[in-house]
Amino acid sequence: MNMLTDAAVEETLQSGSKPAASKMAGKDVTVHYGEKQALFGVNLEVPERQVMALIGPSGCGKSTFLRCLNRMNDTIDICRVGGSILLDGEDIYDPRIDVVELRARVGMVFQKPNPFPKSIYENVAYGPRIHGLASKKSEFDEVVETSLQKAGLFNEVKDRLQEPGTGLSGGQQQRLCIARAIAVSPEVILMDEPCSALDPIATAKVEELIDELRENYTIVIVTHSMQQAARVSQRTAMFHLGNLVEEGPTDKMFTNPDDKRTQDYITGRFG
Amino acid sequence: MGEHTVSSFDEELEHIDRLIRDMGDLSGAMTRASTNALLESDNALAQRVISDDAIMDAKQRELDERAITLIAKRQPMAQDLRSVVGAIRMASDLERIGDLAKNIAKRVGAVGQQGATPRSLAHSIDAMAGLVLHQVNAVVEQYVQRNADALIRLRDDDEKVDIQYTSVFRELLTYMMEDPRNITSCTHLLFCAKNLERIGDHVTNIAENAYYVMTGSQLPVQRPKLDETQMTVDAES
Ligand SMILES: Nc1ncnc2c1ncn2[C@@H]1O[C@H](COP(=O)(O)OP(=O)(O)OP(=O)(O)O)[C@@H](O)[C@H]1O
Ligand SMILES: [Mg+2]
Repeated sequence: MNMLTDAAVEETLQSGSKPAASKMAGKDVTVHYGEKQALFGVNLEVPERQVMALIGPSGCGKSTFLRCLNRMNDTIDICRVGGSILLDGEDIYDPRIDVVELRARVGMVFQKPNPFPKSIYENVAYGPRIHGLASKKSEFDEVVETSLQKAGLFNEVKDRLQEPGTGLSGGQQQRLCIARAIAVSPEVILMDEPCSALDPIATAKVEELIDELRENYTIVIVTHSMQQAARVSQRTAMFHLGNLVEEGPTDKMFTNPDDKRTQDYITGRFG
Repeated sequence: MGEHTVSSFDEELEHIDRLIRDMGDLSGAMTRASTNALLESDNALAQRVISDDAIMDAKQRELDERAITLIAKRQPMAQDLRSVVGAIRMASDLERIGDLAKNIAKRVGAVGQQGATPRSLAHSIDAMAGLVLHQVNAVVEQYVQRNADALIRLRDDDEKVDIQYTSVFRELLTYMMEDPRNITSCTHLLFCAKNLERIGDHVTNIAENAYYVMTGSQLPVQRPKLDETQMTVDAES
């Protein structure tokens, strides 16, 4: 028996399963929309500088959980959130928390690209302006350029920064929204099906971008594409009927998941 | 395991599974026929093994194509992914078993020309062939039954084949030393025994793959194999 080889194999097996330090954590998160309960005590840790994918059948509560992470649910009148959500160990539902500041730290990209009806430049400069992150024209120019660079869009739009953002293609608009999210230097980026309206090439660009962003940001992405989840994420969480069913290293989830429901869902055997 | 929402997906997986079973049955039949042909100097039977190998190759090609199409079309996940990738690998081991049986069959003429195989020698090759054949049939059977535990035992049983091979090897050396006129036919028989031993190794691979398909975990690495015949050569030369 070769002990060294076995130890090496063991280490490889283990390495994927050790979560990095957690950037955000949900503890016993419950959500009600009026009388209807949408989440039933979810406990989930989001590791820092990794991509976590949330998967599960429609209506299982993925978007609901995602919206808890930057208190987007506050905007829905009938929505009540219980339990706690921690960002760097601090409860973001603490009354002392400034929600505007929170949303700058935890940015969001939506399913449908939603640029403001303003110029490309203004779309990106808007966040830094309201958060007071830049004041001089040169500072704005710089943040607009670097954000567009990071979003992989700069070269395509550099000659028409004053044209409306809504005039871009769907894939470009989505990258513009990502640039807008990055412009305020968030720590966490939430993405709710960011590629569902995009063609394969635009999707590939966004996925490539997600992979690059992972170096500096913590990313949580909701996706209905199992292949996308498998490609972009390091960890995957599976939701079903408002419960977290299983969470683990992505490689394992897509080759050998523990829970029957995960198995059925990802192999296309559901209901 | 429940059915897929898309039922043609199930049909495609079943078809691939059926090809594995066909190839498994064929590899057993070829192993049996080639050793019978050898021991009975039956040239007609040997020819049949040789032509069966073309069927085996065709089935492997069909399986590969179907598996690749399925991956492209369905992007299988979890146990589906494991079973498709596992099938490709098992098919390649089964196809190799077919090749090895064909190699045995090809020597039938050569051994036959050299006069009868010594009785006791025929007996020990026959015993080895019986062991190997049992392994081939059992691995297909346990794969079909989805019996992961039995596969572990099967893999471990390959050691018996190795032991039997060593004893055939020793016996052949003895015959060659006793009477140099035996050398040509014994050398052919030696190649046949080696081919049987390698068939056993492919069974081991199939057992490991089938185990992974079923459980999602790999069997622990096996102890490195000691080829005793290597040492016999050193000791007796
Ligand atoms: N604004 C709302 N008002 C009332 N009920 C809501 C609201 N948003 C979501 N729900 C309910 O909460 C449950 C979870 O919805 P959620 O949008 O989180 O699901 P999801 O997993 O994101 O689904 P999908 O994959 O279809 O986007 C559903 O039953 C849904 O009907
Ligand atoms: Mg949703």
